[in-house]
Amino acid sequence: MSFKIVVLAKQVPDTRNVGKDAMKADGTVNRAALAAIYNPEDLNALEQAIRLKSKIAGATVHVLTMGPARAAEIIRESMYRGADGGVLLSGREFAGSDTLATSYALACALRKMGKIDVIVCGRQAIDGDTAQVGPQVAEKLGFPQITYAEEIIDCTAKKITVKRRLERGVEIVKGSLPMVITVNSSAPDCRPRHAKLTMKYKRAATLSEKQDAGDDYTNIYNVYPYLNIPEWGVADIEHDIQWLGLSGSPTKVKQIENVVFTAKESKRITASDQEMEDLMKELITNHTIG
Amino acid sequence: MNNLFVYLEIEDGIVSDVSLELLTKGRTLADQLKCQLEAVAAGYQLDKIGECVFPYGVDTLYIADDKRLAPYTTLPHTSLLVNLFKEEKPQIAFMGATSIGRDLGPRVSSALFSGLTADCTSLEIGDYEDKKQGKVYKNLLYQIRPAFGGNIVATIVNPDCRPQMATVREGVMKKEIRSPKLVGKTVKLDVSKYIPDTDFVVEVIERHIEKSKLNIKNSSIIVAGGYGVGSAENFKLLFELANTLGAEVGASRAAVDAGFADHERQIGQTGTTVRPKLYIACGISGQIQHIAGMQESAMIISINNDPKAPINAIADYIITGSIEEVVPKMIKYYKKNSK
Ligand SMILES: Cc1cc2nc3c(=O)[nH]c(=O)nc-3n(C[C@H](O)[C@H](O)[C@H](O)COP(=O)(O)OP(=O)(O)OC[C@H]3O[C@@H](n4cnc5c(N)ncnc54)[C@H](O)[C@@H]3O)c2cc1C
Ligand SMILES: Nc1ncnc2c1ncn2[C@@H]1O[C@H](COP(=O)(O)O)[C@@H](O)[C@H]1O
Repeated sequence: MSFKIVVLAKQVPDTRNVGKDAMKADGTVNRAALAAIYNPEDLNALEQAIRLKSKIAGATVHVLTMGPARAAEIIRESMYRGADGGVLLSGREFAGSDTLATSYALACALRKMGKIDVIVCGRQAIDGDTAQVGPQVAEKLGFPQITYAEEIIDCTAKKITVKRRLERGVEIVKGSLPMVITVNSSAPDCRPRHAKLTMKYKRAATLSEKQDAGDDYTNIYNVYPYLNIPEWGVADIEHDIQWLGLSGSPTKVKQIENVVFTAKESKRITASDQEMEDLMKELITNHTIG
Repeated sequence: MNNLFVYLEIEDGIVSDVSLELLTKGRTLADQLKCQLEAVAAGYQLDKIGECVFPYGVDTLYIADDKRLAPYTTLPHTSLLVNLFKEEKPQIAFMGATSIGRDLGPRVSSALFSGLTADCTSLEIGDYEDKKQGKVYKNLLYQIRPAFGGNIVATIVNPDCRPQMATVREGVMKKEIRSPKLVGKTVKLDVSKYIPDTDFVVEVIERHIEKSKLNIKNSSIIVAGGYGVGSAENFKLLFELANTLGAEVGASRAAVDAGFADHERQIGQTGTTVRPKLYIACGISGQIQHIAGMQESAMIISINNDPKAPINAIADYIITGSIEEVVPKMIKYYKKNSK
């Protein structure tokens, strides 16, 4: 029996270390100026996918990522940790996408990947913090969804049971396949790279990467077809161009502001007994405390 | 037609705070737009919802009452909103940025092809000029939110698509009754007309939802600790100060990540937003994501051994010194002078 699991993973700028040139004048992110990392919650999603695969005979895990050429790293990284392969969706036409245009493009690519049983996403990406793409992909494909997943507890050919972690508690829900699941950071961390898999897949590359590298090892790609990472552009997916990129994005950025706080007039105090006692007296007298 | 809708989140027959906060904001914006404020409730045994929401100025309350609609599952609530919105064509729709609103919102926005902005920290009405098309749009919803890890603040608009949708976290907007005497209209919806039976494909098997014990959001004094507090052990000092002052203890994300305090206590962009009378920041450097959740405090005291800590810029009192030294002195001199 075949059982197809697809992980949606995104390469994101490391927003924890941002510099001044991070934003472009048009309000979009200048990705080139930032270190690119595997979106943290997508790693939690990958782990759930690999665990699910190990429980179902004949199951496979593939990763779909949409982004620039260098996002192929995401697919290699996933293969080092146990994914069977992946697809890079790339092209100018996808630039400037908001979450709706992104989910439309991903949904088109997912349709091309054939019959899918489970799609696993991260809950949210750290560059946008929107948590919208997973549910929107589900809606576009007409799949039900289970968000805020912490653990896939059980899965049969028809049903999947998932533990959800909510703000104030947990919920265990059961739904029918196919299903989109979005995974929280409270789920177990992703396993590290597997040494043998890393050796096996380290030369995995997309066509454009091979061309850029001027790789003359073409032979090995013929002998080991699993080293070819498929790279799809708009021409490879069935789509309606108006739903892609900027035209497929109903939200527009009106304005971007750097955050500046107006300094208050503040009073400096030392930790001496006298000054501490004066402060507490003042706070009591003006009814801030007490 | 073209009104402002709020989706009501309901747990055990009670409307959640975040929905009431959105009604408060929604009422103000609806007045500005000269349109009606409408609310949708989906769940079971909802007879009391009207009493609860009408004082906030709801003109029309739509009720979908059906045993299968509680607890919340995605597809039935989505179909309800999508089909109701197709009929009513709201110009704006709000929901909480909670595990429900963030599950429901994107699904609805995808089905209606309408833009959605998550986690807004401010909502305003204003005009927008599309320079490329030379077109001016009047009275759009400005969806204002921090972006990019909080390093910038972005104003998002949806010029062409309706409804303009936004989610807002609990505590970000203020909750305020318009008038206890107000009573609006109630419309009972025929559930089978809006929700196909095939939507009930996800079943909730088990559920443990606890009421939050903590009430940082409504506390008038907050003693917040950061990474500079140094240890969970040292956090006890903060609890002692909080007990003395009748305050609640909050924390920065760095303190939560280090295991000094529970996640529930986190204040900031990805935690709770607070606006107490007094905020005592202990060993918190004051990164933008933290400040986003507490800058509206009426008075801020910063205790930090670095005289140049960024938080000092927004503090009313800057105490340069270590937590270990300052906090016990505050306790001591409060006790001495409070009688
Ligand atoms: C997407 C995103 C969302 C985020 N959301 C939040 C959020 O919601 N809330 C939040 O808080 N952060 C958030 N952060 C993290 C934020 O950027 C900071 O990393 C965090 O707020 C720093 O916490 P801190 O001030 O406690 O620690 P630090 O920056 O390490 O500061 C510690 C301070 O303690 C002082 N200190 C050290 N020892 C002592 C002592 N003995 N006595 C007195 N002072 C001392 C130091 O001088 C320093 O100023 C977020 C980050 C990202 C990327
Ligand atoms: N460009 C992309 N390529 C692949 N997956 C994506 C992409 N954008 C978003 N996702 C998936 O959708 C989730 C939510 O993203 P977001 O709505 O941007 O917070 C992510 O954790 C990913 O699993």
